[in-house]
Amino acid sequence: MISTNKPSRLNKIVSYTLLLLLAFVILAPFFIGIWTSFLPTMEIAKGNFLSTDLSLNNYVSAFTKTPILRYLGNSLVVSVLTMAAQLVFCSMSAYAFVFLKFKYRNAIFVLFLITMMLPFEAEIIPNFTTVKNLGMLDHYSVLLIPFLTSAFGTFMLRQAFMQTPSELKEAADIEGLNHFQFYWNIVLPYNKVSLITLGAYSFLGAWNQYLWPMLTTFSNNSRLIQNGLRQLQSEETFNDWGMIQASAAIIVIPTILVLFIGQHYFKSGMNEGAVK
Amino acid sequence: MYRNLYGVNKMSTILNQVSKNYGANNVILNNVSAEIETGEFFVIVGPSGCGKSTLLRMIAGLTEISDGEISIDGQVVNDLQPKDRKLTMVFQSYALFPFLNVWDNVAFGLKARKLDQAEVHQRVNDALDMVSLSEFKDRKPRELSGGQRQRVALARAVASDAKICLMDEPLSNLDAQLRVKMRQEIYQLQRKLGITLIYVTHDQVEAMTMADHIMVLNDHEVQQIGTPTEIYQQPANAFVANFFGTPLINVMPAQKIDDYTLNVDGDFEIRMEQKITDKATKIGIRPGELSIEHADELFANATVKSTEFLGDETIVYATTNSGHDIRVLLPGKAVYAAFEKIKISSSNNIFLFDSLNKRIPMEMGDLVNA
Repeated sequence: MISTNKPSRLNKIVSYTLLLLLAFVILAPFFIGIWTSFLPTMEIAKGNFLSTDLSLNNYVSAFTKTPILRYLGNSLVVSVLTMAAQLVFCSMSAYAFVFLKFKYRNAIFVLFLITMMLPFEAEIIPNFTTVKNLGMLDHYSVLLIPFLTSAFGTFMLRQAFMQTPSELKEAADIEGLNHFQFYWNIVLPYNKVSLITLGAYSFLGAWNQYLWPMLTTFSNNSRLIQNGLRQLQSEETFNDWGMIQASAAIIVIPTILVLFIGQHYFKSGMNEGAVK
Repeated sequence: MYRNLYGVNKMSTILNQVSKNYGANNVILNNVSAEIETGEFFVIVGPSGCGKSTLLRMIAGLTEISDGEISIDGQVVNDLQPKDRKLTMVFQSYALFPFLNVWDNVAFGLKARKLDQAEVHQRVNDALDMVSLSEFKDRKPRELSGGQRQRVALARAVASDAKICLMDEPLSNLDAQLRVKMRQEIYQLQRKLGITLIYVTHDQVEAMTMADHIMVLNDHEVQQIGTPTEIYQQPANAFVANFFGTPLINVMPAQKIDDYTLNVDGDFEIRMEQKITDKATKIGIRPGELSIEHADELFANATVKSTEFLGDETIVYATTNSGHDIRVLLPGKAVYAAFEKIKISSSNNIFLFDSLNKRIPMEMGDLVNA
């Protein structure tokens, strides 16, 4: 026992040391960012990062001197709507691909997959021309309509729905559930974990998008937070780094929240006991 | 059979030459006909792959019928949706909803059928009482044991007002002891509720112990339909005789010597009390009908391979001189060593089979043992 214990303890020490080191490398910039957001810009400019002159002034000025609240609001609206729309449309199309039998089902699904293989950047110019011709520029709609559904979401949910035991479908048939009732009452709750995953993914995707909103929005009315952050930098001749750091810290909060809340649901065994 | 037990004209489920195939070369079921009486416990039994689950799904309406007709209570249901056939189904895998607690699982179908709230409550509580799960009604399926999950599935069938309940190997996921217990519970529930229960299993013991009537399926066809007694005592063919009874029946080739005497492949002779037809080419002897004597080399007709002591009885496995494996069931404890030479003889309570493995019925009047 003792002889087998020793190498495993050494093993532990080595692996935890490595983990700590790597965690430090990853987390250090993040904490430096948070730390500097409490420092006055003058101290940062002087390179005096160990100053103890900590205050919330940067946060106050971020909210009062810049339209960051407007950006946050824009991002929140766009992200929540994108997430909701993707959950609804992806789950419905995934349901169709799994539970409905129709002609060319697989061919259509392959078409879906093909769209995933083209990078978004490659489609950006034709997409831009389209939305421009539709007169959607600098408006919420240009940030929402192209993202109402996603091939990836459909693909992911289709794979999840395929794992739903066929007995549940048969039981539903015997109880006389129609397709919508089966979708709503059984398939969605059964695949809650996948839906939450997709929800978190699409929310963060919308929250963090940069290239598309940069091209299609140019006023504070519709500008999203990531682009707003960039805006803070270029508008000033002398960059107020403390305030920019504070803004960056603020916009990371939803990402962290989503991850923490999401993690709570990623427990295994949620669907145990359905069959066998 | 208890036709018109309550003096009313009872209806039944009738299968009329039902077939299922996926293309001409992939026949799953061929010409299945049966009449399942209202209120009876009807067991469909057969080895795996014989199409018994498919038959059940066809009755439920989950699988389409290729040919033939199914009618329930005088109405042809071929094109009826499952929900309109007024039946419930218990699945092998239970098919519980993992995100609902026990109570909601049982109530699910009733709510889907838009029953009155008070009635839903009444039915669900009664059903849970009946399967003694009332105290678990707030638990999720994952917090239940296998037997309890099975009971939830049963409660779902009990709560429904459907008069026909289909069960697809409901006990196959349980351990042996629990299976015996649940077997009795299902039997008692069926009797108490008076529902028609169509039960699919591969387990001959389940079929024998619970059924009013058994349908034996093999090779995509019905081999026999009858009461457990009929099936055991008058099997239609060698397959049915083989399928029922433990230890396995001994089926061996036999030759007719004279009108009343059979020679079992040179090993021993059986003297029958009725005339033997010329068609008889094989015989089936239940292990209990055989007896063994110790014998020396000269008179021995078999060699012991092994014995199994079961408490009240002993099974002796032996090989006859002609090379057939044979099983003998002896009362009490019998001591035979491996490789010991023995002399086996048989009573004349045996089955005769023709060259197509069909049982040759004993002539009426001559029937002594059936």
